Amino acid sequence: MSPRRAISGGRIDRLRTIRFTFDGRPFTGHAGDTLASALLANGVTLFARSFKYHRPRGVLTAGIDEPNALVTVLSGAVREPNIPATMLEIYDGLNVASQNRFPSLAYDVGALNQLGSKVLGAGFYYKTFMGPVIGPLKGTRFWMFCEWFIRRAAGLGSAGLEKDPSRYERMNAFCDVLVVGSGPAGLIAAKAASDSGARVMLAELDATPGGSANWSGETIDGLPAAEWAAETLRDLKARENVRVLPRTTVWGYYDGNTLSAVERVADHRNTPAKGEPRHRHWTIRTQSVVLATGAFERPLVFPGNDRPGVMLAGAALRYVNQYGVLPGQKIAIFTNNDSAYHTAEALKKAGAEIVAMVDVRDDTSVAGREIAREVGGEYLAGHAVVATEGGAQVSGIKVQRINAATGALSGDPRSIHADCLLVSGGWSPTIHLASQAGLKPEWDNDLQAFLPPKPTQNWVGAGAFNGSFSTEKAISEGHAAGLTAAGATDGKADELPSVDADAFDPNPAPVFEIKAKGKAFVDLQHDVTADDVRLAHREGFVSVEHLKRYTTLGMATDQGKTSNIPGLAIMAETLGKPIPDVGTTRFRAPFAPVSVGSLAGERYGDIRPERLTPMYDWHVENGAEFYAAGLWHRPMIYGLSGESVEQAYVRETKAVRGGVGLVDVSTLGKIAVQGPDAGAFLDRVYTNMFSTLAIGKARYGLMLREDGFVLDDGTTWRLGEHDFLMTTTTANAGKVMQHLEYLLDVVWPELKVQLTSVTDQWAGAAISGPKSRDVLAACVTGTKVDNDALPFMGIVYGEIDGAPVMICRLSFSGELAYEVYSGAGHGTHVWQALIKAGEPFAIVPYGLEALGTMRIEKGHVTGAEIDGRTTARDLHLDWMLSKKKPFIGSAMMDREGLVAEDRLQLVGIVSLDNRPLNGGAHIVEELDEANPHGSLGHLTAACYSPSLGKYIGLALVKGGKARQGTRAFISDPLRKRFGPVEIVSHHFFDPEGSRMHG
Amino acid sequence: MLITCPYCGPRDVSEYTYQGDGNRTRPDPASTDQEVWNAYVYDRLNPAGEHHEIWQHSGGCRAHLAVTRNTLTHVVSSVSFARDAGHKKSDSRRKTGAKA
Repeated sequence: MSPRRAISGGRIDRLRTIRFTFDGRPFTGHAGDTLASALLANGVTLFARSFKYHRPRGVLTAGIDEPNALVTVLSGAVREPNIPATMLEIYDGLNVASQNRFPSLAYDVGALNQLGSKVLGAGFYYKTFMGPVIGPLKGTRFWMFCEWFIRRAAGLGSAGLEKDPSRYERMNAFCDVLVVGSGPAGLIAAKAASDSGARVMLAELDATPGGSANWSGETIDGLPAAEWAAETLRDLKARENVRVLPRTTVWGYYDGNTLSAVERVADHRNTPAKGEPRHRHWTIRTQSVVLATGAFERPLVFPGNDRPGVMLAGAALRYVNQYGVLPGQKIAIFTNNDSAYHTAEALKKAGAEIVAMVDVRDDTSVAGREIAREVGGEYLAGHAVVATEGGAQVSGIKVQRINAATGALSGDPRSIHADCLLVSGGWSPTIHLASQAGLKPEWDNDLQAFLPPKPTQNWVGAGAFNGSFSTEKAISEGHAAGLTAAGATDGKADELPSVDADAFDPNPAPVFEIKAKGKAFVDLQHDVTADDVRLAHREGFVSVEHLKRYTTLGMATDQGKTSNIPGLAIMAETLGKPIPDVGTTRFRAPFAPVSVGSLAGERYGDIRPERLTPMYDWHVENGAEFYAAGLWHRPMIYGLSGESVEQAYVRETKAVRGGVGLVDVSTLGKIAVQGPDAGAFLDRVYTNMFSTLAIGKARYGLMLREDGFVLDDGTTWRLGEHDFLMTTTTANAGKVMQHLEYLLDVVWPELKVQLTSVTDQWAGAAISGPKSRDVLAACVTGTKVDNDALPFMGIVYGEIDGAPVMICRLSFSGELAYEVYSGAGHGTHVWQALIKAGEPFAIVPYGLEALGTMRIEKGHVTGAEIDGRTTARDLHLDWMLSKKKPFIGSAMMDREGLVAEDRLQLVGIVSLDNRPLNGGAHIVEELDEANPHGSLGHLTAACYSPSLGKYIGLALVKGGKARQGTRAFISDPLRKRFGPVEIVSHHFFDPEGSRMHG
Repeated sequence: MLITCPYCGPRDVSEYTYQGDGNRTRPDPASTDQEVWNAYVYDRLNPAGEHHEIWQHSGGCRAHLAVTRNTLTHVVSSVSFARDAGHKKSDSRRKTGAKA
């Protein structure tokens, strides 16, 4: 028999023994136990070392508010840190380690920090590492020197480095009423809403729904409350319009009554069942919400209040009634309200000895005095605990007389032997979700607690959440809330279950802190003491928000669930203001820690879609190396064995300029612009004219943004009177489409134009080089392709090996060139036919590197130069700006700053040391390798030009037009590339364009 | 946040793209008044409360919608196709922008 397990009682399955390991030691517990209850049953009281001072810590609570007993769950090499032992259900094979201790929990060298605790107070980091320190360890270097030690010393658990092997999933749900919390109020609310026909979801963060019914020991409808809850739950689960989610924490309340929840599906099992995720994230959209989230008990702040063996009285009630565990044998109770008396009764009944009831109030109730006499032990009304005694475990308490109104202590302290001290400082409604969907919380002076705010969304509260602490009220409020949330009114109150419970007065005496000598902790998880709060005040922190950040009070993983109100009360007293005047910090999501995996769900790794052109497989089979252009995968080079990238693109470029080559241009954005007003529309969006373009001809077009900067360029082909095919750059296809859609929908809805994205419908192959016409002549049927039939910028229709094609004669490479478009399904067929027809002419496929090299030689611009900061003039494209008509950007493009002479302008750059240039390198007038400065601009693209036999590039250079023919330097400190260059015209090759017109 | 597309029905905000202040009217294209153009291109209303906005259902039918949204609560009080809506006029518009 476990030393602390009561002989009978509790909701655990005593016939099922569970074996688990804590810090390498084997333990047993029962099905239904949490790690905390199972270890307590085994007599373990030391659970953890504290964050800053490494003080021994036990377990304070029995739920999600636990600040102390955080553990790391080990599963193979995977570590899951900072799990409250109070929330961790045990299973066979569970392996848990304690945290923040070395070498072991019982003997921890970090506990030496307590000796230095005088200097480790609030603001330690801010104060210690700012000023200069004499000698070599000054300033930040000293800080970095110390940081390693400090980071090791302070902290909670550490995450592992292994990849998380668990599966997570995300779920969307829709309902009429979401009930949060499944205590008596929540159960009844769900039932009432369901009875009215609403679709109901009921979320409970614990494993067993029922809330306080699981441990209150009360009687509901003639049944033990826990059995009544189980029966009600069975009824609810059987209903078609109710979904019950246990182990589900609703953690965020967002706009439009959208709530976020995380369901711990498989954390209570050794391995998830087949198909089961570890966690499931829920996005719940609901018409209305019932908040039945209960209340958290507050500790009292007094010296030694963090010693293992000190526990909240309500938690002890839960341990004894739900788990059949006694938190001690000789128990003392310290309270400022009546709720702890109920715990005393339950513990006495389960076989514990109550050695003392200490109540700060002199005028306790008759019922209270009656219970105190029944449970035995000393009854010390008007007294306070001023210290705990013992080492890593309470062995006794010291008590002294107190005036509850003034807090003044009097008389001599006296020791009482006890191995456990239960504390109650009153109850705070769990208003976190309400605070996310409401105005400011409202202070109630009787309850000494913040009550829920006025809602700003559609929710209604019930039970302890409202500050209604009796089960009878919880049931009546829950019923009403369920009906209200479901939009029904016809519920009958006399059908409600009856409750048999001790009546008690929930109002506490307004005592939060016992001021005696010694460390009294407010925030146990972050080791913040009452003196730290006062120190912060002395140092000028007046606002509660500043106090929180300076002391880190309430900023740990528990988000101050047990410490916020005591901290606020101490702050208020220090300021000499009432608590509501000090205010409270706003509760933000998440209510409790949420696993990142559950937020990501299935979205991890590289989840970008891949866009592949119709000819992709051919490229792969023919040795292409690819690069990613946005989502597209485009051939970079078709390398031969042993070739470097530069050798490959130089070979490909020479083949094109000397013969013929074929490149895949299917990625260009293609938009069908159709309708009677298509020509007029294009005149407005392009800087040049399109309405005058003849059918069967193409024209190069330039688009500006409204602010006058260049948006995109491309060719647009007139296929019919009302039918244009616009091409855009690969990168801007989506942006241009959206721009045009906006204009048609919002600015000119009167224009009759239809836009269709046809990028994926066409396969495009550009055939370039002096012999390109010969190749086409050899394979195209149904049309001639000579200079008369197909002049520059002309369009013809024909067939290639049976597949219909549309051919436009235009050139990006500067050579005689054609773009051959076919339906995407024919893309590879046409490509292969072109390659075959080209074989007698030694055709080569070429990739983006060769394409880029030829465009640099020609001085054509792409996305590297159209970077959102350049104007048409900067890029020497002012010849395209029509003066005959207004167009998008025409009104703004002539602004002072946009026509200035010293703007960054497009130029060509030639390397004078015959070494490669890199895109991104700066252009400077004078070289200063030690202290690079004075940038005139930057290289946007660079390559080796086989036509010139030099390394060249394009650059945007300040006042570049005037600098042509001058010398400068490139300065690329990151890649350590410095050297002389010449600034030249961006037209390196065939500036007259004689080759492409030939 | 849900926006009810008149064509597709209620859809999550992640399907939409914000396309800016819906109170703007593009000036007469022939206008050379820089102040008017500056106001159109750069000035945006940023009210705390009801706001007229343009959203595109980019992950759906791609229509631009005139949406009235409360910037404090994200409550969407009206949605219509921007093509049909009288979204261009607003009394709260600053003088310079309203001129054209």
